[in-house]
Amino acid sequence: MALADKDRIFTNLYGFQPWNLAAARQRGDWDNTKALMERGQDAIIEEIKASGLRGRGGAGFPTGMKWSFMPKESPKDKNGDGRPSFLVINADESEPGSCKDREIIRHDPHKLIEGALIAGYAMRARAAYIYIRGEYIREAETLFAAVQEAYDAGLIGKNASGSGYDFDVFVHRGAGAYICGEETAMIESLEGKKGQPRLKPPFPAGAGLYGCPTTVNNVESIAVAPTILRRGASWFSSFGRENNKGTKLFQISGHVNRPCVVEEEMSIPFSELIEKHCGGIRGGKDNLLAVIPGGSSVPLVPAAEIWDAPMDFDGLRALGSGLGTAAVIVMDKSTDIVRAISRLSYFYKHESCGQCTPCREGTGWMWRVMERLRTGDAEVEEIDMLFNVTKQVEGHTICALGDAAAWPIQGLIRHFRPEIERRIAERAGDVREAAE
Amino acid sequence: MADRYIEPDSPELRARWGNFAWTAENAEKAKQIVARYPEGRQRSAVMPLLDLAQRQVGAELNTQGWLPIPVMEYVANYLDMPIIRVVEVATFYTMYNIAPIGRFHVQVCGTTPCMLRGSDDIMAACKAKGLKKGHTTPDGMFTLTEVECMGNCASAPMVQINDDNYEDLTPADMERILDELAAGRQPKTGTQLPGRHTVEPAGALSTLTAMVNENHDYRGEW
Repeated sequence: MALADKDRIFTNLYGFQPWNLAAARQRGDWDNTKALMERGQDAIIEEIKASGLRGRGGAGFPTGMKWSFMPKESPKDKNGDGRPSFLVINADESEPGSCKDREIIRHDPHKLIEGALIAGYAMRARAAYIYIRGEYIREAETLFAAVQEAYDAGLIGKNASGSGYDFDVFVHRGAGAYICGEETAMIESLEGKKGQPRLKPPFPAGAGLYGCPTTVNNVESIAVAPTILRRGASWFSSFGRENNKGTKLFQISGHVNRPCVVEEEMSIPFSELIEKHCGGIRGGKDNLLAVIPGGSSVPLVPAAEIWDAPMDFDGLRALGSGLGTAAVIVMDKSTDIVRAISRLSYFYKHESCGQCTPCREGTGWMWRVMERLRTGDAEVEEIDMLFNVTKQVEGHTICALGDAAAWPIQGLIRHFRPEIERRIAERAGDVREAAE
Repeated sequence: MADRYIEPDSPELRARWGNFAWTAENAEKAKQIVARYPEGRQRSAVMPLLDLAQRQVGAELNTQGWLPIPVMEYVANYLDMPIIRVVEVATFYTMYNIAPIGRFHVQVCGTTPCMLRGSDDIMAACKAKGLKKGHTTPDGMFTLTEVECMGNCASAPMVQINDDNYEDLTPADMERILDELAAGRQPKTGTQLPGRHTVEPAGALSTLTAMVNENHDYRGEW
């Protein structure tokens, strides 16, 4: 069963209509937000928990549970003064393939700002910082303007929306570092430092921004919250399979006839997503080679396995991959698959923050070997050696960037080893021929 | 990690930038920026202030702007933080230019989603126009950089030039855009695909059709 337009949350996804407050209100945003807040903090968190919403930034951690980790009473510092809590909204969308938060911010920013107020209120935060990636320059301009509109209308700030609760929303622009999408790197960056991830524990809910309790949530997770409260947890959880509830923005790029961003029901089969919204695979179904279903960090899935797979957290994990941010990168048979993955290895080499040795040295090393495998200038044994090195990088770094660099290579070797071996053999043959 | 090289400090650089100070307008902006962060946490403002400083340098030079060491020192003094902490930030984040740059910064995305949609050809089109990766053209007009994913994957391939994105590019589009910029005209930003609005399925809208012509309120159908 397909998702109907009336059940789509981001109705101005394509920006056919203005983003401004008046237009957003006409679409239903900021409609008696005060009443939503009057339900009380615990009731809001319970509703989000019941909706089954899982974080939309990649890891899929239950959002309501994350909010409930925040302290109900502000912890005291050594002088006995209360410490404020903060909500940090992760709009540092930089995962190759991901392009959904950009559409929310430039076309439906008020959904995000209203969500920030509600989420911030529920977790008893004093303010929200929206950390938007630096390259989203025009998008940030829109967001700054939308926040100003909300202040001017009394929706946020002192006595936000007439609720009696004071809540500020600030926008902070990044400056071109993928790693700042990692929550503790984002906090470091917000504090005016290099974006290098912190060791956990302490977790941000205990000591985050400025040492205060902090929750970091993805833009989409926050922006869907007001609609979930308005329509009820049971509405949201009526979509998708058990443990994979709700609607989701899918971003389809690469070799489809019509790449697009579209909001669909979770667990929609890959084939339906592609056929219905993207006009099918370029050159037809039989021309599909492989798919990276969740952004560059997840392993690729070969054509035969992905076609009928449900696009959700558990369905893709069963295939040895993941939903990630639901950034679906489609590759047809014209793709140089080794180069496609090698280019991702270059990305991780470029974006490693340099803090942990296995990642700083490993990402460059893995990329250089990938480049040799691409041209076949390698020995067959090196395939296993590369695989072993990815296993040594994985899990041995402070944050998940090391893992993210390792997984695409592991996926490639797992599914396309014959192709790599063919290149090595072919080149070896060429070299022999030239010698004779 | 990204390979980046900072322009060394020199007497010439000091002579040119030693007296850097905010313009009246930017002084006001700087004050507003610092006010976004809690008292005593003004260091959080280092990123937006470096951006502001870079833009001011750019306005003075009629380029995209960069951050000479004396300008970083000014920001460090302004926020009462050690200069090395500012240099760390400026060298860590790739959007801070730490060496001089041209009038237009042509940033072609080359990461896999764009690569699959033909970013090689976009790069080639730039080269055909005399641009060279990592270099500024002799007339100071264009600096070409290959950048990592810019988050425009559903309208790939793309290029960001200064503050604007140009998406769904063909090599011919790329050459035309460079020509127009060189001639002092502002090309159409966003998608270059005729008939496409933003990131909807081009020419075959599959959802939200009621939104095209009116600001439809779906609540009546809930």
